[in-house]
Amino acid sequence: MEKILEVKDLHVNFKTYGGTVQAVRGVDFHLNKGETLAIVGESGCGKSVTVNAIMGLIPNPPGKITRGKIIFKGRDLTRLKEKKMRAIRGVDISMIFQDPMTALNPTLTIGTQLMEGLKQHRNVSDGEAKKRALEMLELVGIPNPEERLKQYPHQFSGGMSQRIVIAIALICEPELLIADEPTTALDVTIQAQILELFERIQEATGVSIILITHDLGVVAKIADRVAVMYAGKIIEIGSKREIFYNSQHPYTKGLLQSVPRLDVKENLQPIEGTPPDLFSPPTGCPFTPRCPFAMEVCNKVYPASFKYSNTHSVDCWLQDERAQKLLAKAVKN
Amino acid sequence: MKNEKILEIKNLKKHFDLGKNQLLKAVDGVSFHVNRGETFGLVGESGCGKSTIGRTIIRLYSKTAGEVLFKGEEVHELSEKELFNFRKKVQMIFQDPYSSLNPRSTVREIISEPMEVHELYSNKKEQNERVYELLEEVGLNRDHANRYPHEFSGGQRQRIGIARALALEPDFIIADEPISALDVSVQAQVVNLLTRLQEEKGLTYLFIAHDLSMVKQISDRIGVMYLGNLVELTDSDRLYENPLHPYTQALLSAIPIPDPDVEESRERIILKGELPSPINPPSGCVFRTRCPFAMDICKQEKPKWREIEDNHFVACHLYNEQLEKDDAREPVINIR
Repeated sequence: MEKILEVKDLHVNFKTYGGTVQAVRGVDFHLNKGETLAIVGESGCGKSVTVNAIMGLIPNPPGKITRGKIIFKGRDLTRLKEKKMRAIRGVDISMIFQDPMTALNPTLTIGTQLMEGLKQHRNVSDGEAKKRALEMLELVGIPNPEERLKQYPHQFSGGMSQRIVIAIALICEPELLIADEPTTALDVTIQAQILELFERIQEATGVSIILITHDLGVVAKIADRVAVMYAGKIIEIGSKREIFYNSQHPYTKGLLQSVPRLDVKENLQPIEGTPPDLFSPPTGCPFTPRCPFAMEVCNKVYPASFKYSNTHSVDCWLQDERAQKLLAKAVKN
Repeated sequence: MKNEKILEIKNLKKHFDLGKNQLLKAVDGVSFHVNRGETFGLVGESGCGKSTIGRTIIRLYSKTAGEVLFKGEEVHELSEKELFNFRKKVQMIFQDPYSSLNPRSTVREIISEPMEVHELYSNKKEQNERVYELLEEVGLNRDHANRYPHEFSGGQRQRIGIARALALEPDFIIADEPISALDVSVQAQVVNLLTRLQEEKGLTYLFIAHDLSMVKQISDRIGVMYLGNLVELTDSDRLYENPLHPYTQALLSAIPIPDPDVEESRERIILKGELPSPINPPSGCVFRTRCPFAMDICKQEKPKWREIEDNHFVACHLYNEQLEKDDAREPVINIR
């Protein structure tokens, strides 16, 4: 499979009054062409910072990419000048944000906002831009596109606004679409509409998608692969089935057990405790204080990445053969 | 004990006058009751009026019409003094743990304020002991008493909010989206805490939320709201196994289940369109504009709120015939 994006050992820091926050502490992953990768994790785990870094949207200062590479189509995005980055942003890589109401400019018609990117990046006439804008509105399922083009964001509901944001993101036919919690602000019935739209768009355009969400139900519905983040690191990554049915990291398992399911009644098993402070992150595995299987080594050394299968890898000392032997012994006794 | 009605709502209406002859019908004729010791879940999408009901019960809003009976007494006719005592019995937990705690007060001040207002303890020492006790009950510790809200995470703040609600030893707690602002792993912590406190203290909860999967987990009975109206009400298991109202069916099918195999095999009902405005709601049944089974009668007549089988209420014209013939009919769609 062709890799469209490769992130290698990404580190992002933010300088604040209270000290330096190490928001992303060494993230590695890649994205294949035409697939949907979901990044899941709790607030503050660094998932948004990771994708903002890909978009070149880390404000410097206070933020800084201190190490690592982001390779998109053979080029390292972390080394690009802002001017070159502008030619990529919105053209090759687009982004959709959580709150559609604040993502749109309230003082411009949606027609203007739709065509803005197209006029900026592609050499098109007004007529062509309008034609393309109408096509996009139709693709994202907005009735009466001709009239709607002249309207302002306040005349649209939340679900409709999100459709417009999606249309704007897709108008230059990007190869990579980053969606940061695109349905979190929406009601479930509207969320179902938008998720269906994502699937339809991917079929129609073949765009690769990075989806950030905390909703494992959404992941189960539309992702191909899943990366689980915790305290600035990807602690487990694998295909959707590997993560849901054969997760290896205690955090991933805990996460899956703590979400309620509509179709089964069971007692919820929360993960006790809270994530560590990223001002002074632990040197060992950051999940140690909350982990029911923690060993002495976990506190001291961050585990290497263990390959569980070709697509599935996990950062956990339990995968080490010495731990496996101990476990086997414990089971026997 | 479970059949004693602690709260009874009869045909409650709350309309907001927006001026310019516009009337927003946030709650438009809702009836239900809550039994002592149970958890009653109220679910619906944003703008359906579920929070307005909670706020009208505790008299943060004055009602437009109908009755709110707490232990048989009309809440909206209580005198100032009676209201003061009523609020001791009924407490509220709010959605946003960041804005519902005063950032300039210590945790001790936040939790002891209601005790002082109601003059529960004669001396500071007793009061402080009670604050420590409450902190420990909600899974914090006494050292936290002198800290400020910003020093806590979202889940911990919600625990402080719960400790404050418990300070007056209420019978009834209205929890308005108490977990929506929290991370998933922390949501389960808070829900388990609420369940434990209920068992220990015999509390009654009105649990208002939009997340049906969590509500189902903790509620005994659930009411589903749409645009100011209750559309269905029954036991939480039955609501999932045998939803009757087309809106309930759509809502259940729209919630993604964190299991890829289930997700792939599931039939989904995607509702067309969006929530109509409560300022100018559709005639007849408010759901008819999005209902896949809408008939002529739905436009003309508002469906009655009826008990269609034991403890299962629904407001939908699809079940008119059934009531007349009284033959059990399969639900229109099986969502699984």
